[in-house]
Amino acid sequence: MARRAEPISALPGAGAALFVAALILGTLAAVALRAETGRGFAASDWAALRFTLTQAVLSAVTSVGLAIGLARALARRRFFGRSALITLLGAPFILPVIVAILGLLSVFGRAGWISQLLMFFGLEPLQIYGLHGVVLAHVFFNLPLATRLILQGWQEIPAERFRLAAQLNAGPRAMWQLLEAPMLRRVVPGALAVVFAICLSSFAVALTLGGGPRATTIELAIYQAFRFDFDLGRAALLSALQLVLTGGAAFVALRVADNDGAGAGLDRVLRRWDGDTPLARGMDAAWIVGAALFLILPLSAVVVSGVSGLLLLNAGVWMAALTSVLVAGLSTLVLLSLALPMAAAVAMGRSTLIEVAGILGLAASPLVIGTGLFIVIYPVADPFALALPVTALVNAVMALPFALRILVPQAREVMMRFGRLSLSLDMAGGPFLWRVFLPRMRAQIGFAAGLAAALSMGDLGVITLFADPEVATLPLQVYRLMGAYQMQAAAGAALLLLLLSMGAFWILDRGGRWHAEA
Amino acid sequence: MKYSVFAAALLGASAAYADTPELTVYTYDSFVSDWGPGPAVEKAFEAQCGCDLKLVAAGDGAALLARVKLEGARSDADVVLGLDTNLTAAAAATGLFAEHGVTADYSLPLAWEDATFAPYDWGYFAFVHNADAVSVPTDFKALGASDMKIVIQDPRSSTPGLGLLMWVKAAYGDDAPAIWADLADNVVTVTKGWSEAYGLFLDGEADMVLSYTTSPAYHLIAEEDATKAAAAFDEGHYMQVEVAGILAASDQPELARDFMQFMVSEGFQSVIPTTNWMYPSVTPESGLPEGFETLIAPAKSLLLPADEAAALRDGALGEWLDALSQ
Repeated sequence: MARRAEPISALPGAGAALFVAALILGTLAAVALRAETGRGFAASDWAALRFTLTQAVLSAVTSVGLAIGLARALARRRFFGRSALITLLGAPFILPVIVAILGLLSVFGRAGWISQLLMFFGLEPLQIYGLHGVVLAHVFFNLPLATRLILQGWQEIPAERFRLAAQLNAGPRAMWQLLEAPMLRRVVPGALAVVFAICLSSFAVALTLGGGPRATTIELAIYQAFRFDFDLGRAALLSALQLVLTGGAAFVALRVADNDGAGAGLDRVLRRWDGDTPLARGMDAAWIVGAALFLILPLSAVVVSGVSGLLLLNAGVWMAALTSVLVAGLSTLVLLSLALPMAAAVAMGRSTLIEVAGILGLAASPLVIGTGLFIVIYPVADPFALALPVTALVNAVMALPFALRILVPQAREVMMRFGRLSLSLDMAGGPFLWRVFLPRMRAQIGFAAGLAAALSMGDLGVITLFADPEVATLPLQVYRLMGAYQMQAAAGAALLLLLLSMGAFWILDRGGRWHAEA
Repeated sequence: MKYSVFAAALLGASAAYADTPELTVYTYDSFVSDWGPGPAVEKAFEAQCGCDLKLVAAGDGAALLARVKLEGARSDADVVLGLDTNLTAAAAATGLFAEHGVTADYSLPLAWEDATFAPYDWGYFAFVHNADAVSVPTDFKALGASDMKIVIQDPRSSTPGLGLLMWVKAAYGDDAPAIWADLADNVVTVTKGWSEAYGLFLDGEADMVLSYTTSPAYHLIAEEDATKAAAAFDEGHYMQVEVAGILAASDQPELARDFMQFMVSEGFQSVIPTTNWMYPSVTPESGLPEGFETLIAPAKSLLLPADEAAALRDGALGEWLDALSQ
């Protein structure tokens, strides 16, 4: 078979995928090999598996379903504060779990704002604990992410298409059938797979909002195997199960996804001629206001409880903040050097295995990766000395699935539109990379980098296994403060974390699209 | 740091600098935090030992044990501080620990006979509530029959959670499943760790939270807030005894023994009440800080022996899971 002509090599991408797969599977193997006893599968694990799958499917479908409506409304409307709203949408995702839970419950809990309102009118308080609570919390975390991914799909439809459709007098329905539905078929499966994978490895959120051990997920079973039974074999087995489920879901999603691009355009500013009816305006406004309230109320609870704590922050917290910023910066660099070659390789039609390797990062239990790395590193080096690089690396791998979802569609587009042209101009390798590929990917690179930095800032990940008292990250410091009864200072530190993460996200995301509309 | 080494070498003092022995103590997170006992303990011990005390945090008690097991005999740690009696049987079974040789006049409510692990503090588990709460239950049966809402920790991921499991088991034995079945509708939710549960309680999500009888002392002494109280239960309260042990493979066995003896001395014990918010295992000369006298004094102290606790644990967890998963 003749090799397809390609402007840049796919080899670095394949190498990066191999590295990621080796890291995840290698650490898993390291844990499995250290196992002495092994209880194998218990009956309770099947119950955990059932619950995990149920909540992950429900959460993914609800998040992505709502995200389609919200993204459509955002794509059709321009209003004051729109880009601020879109940036703010990223916030729930990057909060430390414990902070997000307390924020959510300040609104939806038994003593939350809604319950207080209900009781004021003599009604029963809201009953939030249960499967619906788990789904609600996961939607809170993932709706913003899914919305951004899908919104990006809308932005990738060239403005000329909408103009042409409008000239042909296409109404909203025709617009949907001709342009939007095909785009969704490309974008939605990937978004579903990502949200499913995130919810699959949920633990503290599922347990707390689920109201008790009914809501035992596989991740909790891994945790139990590790620290309650010290049964490394079982931890590895359960972790492998999680990987298989996520890998399988990702594989199916990417296979059914339609990979044809939306076609070329001239990068004109988008204008929508459909949806000018009062009804459409009203509907879009309802979507945007509803979603904004749902996401912003719990965040404002975090802000309100944190403001007074900001004054209580001591030098340790500021040091931790600095550490977190460093880790986030390093992690973002690692992420881009993994994700860009992988995205390019996928765009050139390399096997979906690269993308599946990319998504495994989400399915891997941080506890198992951390333990595996510990087992591997311990005989040769001091794990404490490597705490920060290891944290940065693992955070980058965890952010990789998101980065790929963001980068791959645009990379495909660039390859399709400019690949052959560049080759015919004998413009391959470096010149193609610097003059065509990277400039056209700038907005996506900015978004991916922003997300990676923010995620890395907020992630507890593996730091707990490697941390020594001198190098705590900010999320770890939040937990330590809470553990020492310093709830107010912890709320202040959490607010600082929120501000830093949002700041990093905003700078990188803005930097990527400084001349484009969001 | 680099410069100080450089300067020391110039002055010909490098040998002395390099000879400062280092004692590595693995402990849990909250021990080393700025508000925990760590900073004061480090200062006091370094003043008398002529050594460098390195406190290393590794999660909580159970994570600590997992860490020690992972590292095995190669571990850099000399002392492990922060296990409790629910973990000591498993810890002793690893064969990694040596005898501690500590002698002390303990002020524990029971005689201490473990030759491998020595206690440094202890406390009682208790349900903490707002002091103005009405009709606070006085035992588990009354709690189960009441409509008080409680938030507890998962025994699979949390030390107090496991403590509650043992509390019910020690008080009720084979009747424990019935107690849990009655409690099931009182449990608002179960959290991963103590911090989440306590945070939820402070935010008003529950009427009571599983914590310690000493928790109100924190609010009273550190925040001058007398609005929290612990409910005294007639069955008695289960104890948590926090212990430390010396690793057999330590390269500083003498220093490790010195540290263990220091642990039950004034310099260590006097900081425990208002940093770890637990009772010191040896009451300091100055007595307990003002405010501790307001705490409830349980009529009965419950504590299963370490081997019994280890043997009962899996069965008790099964009963708990069954009752709360209905």
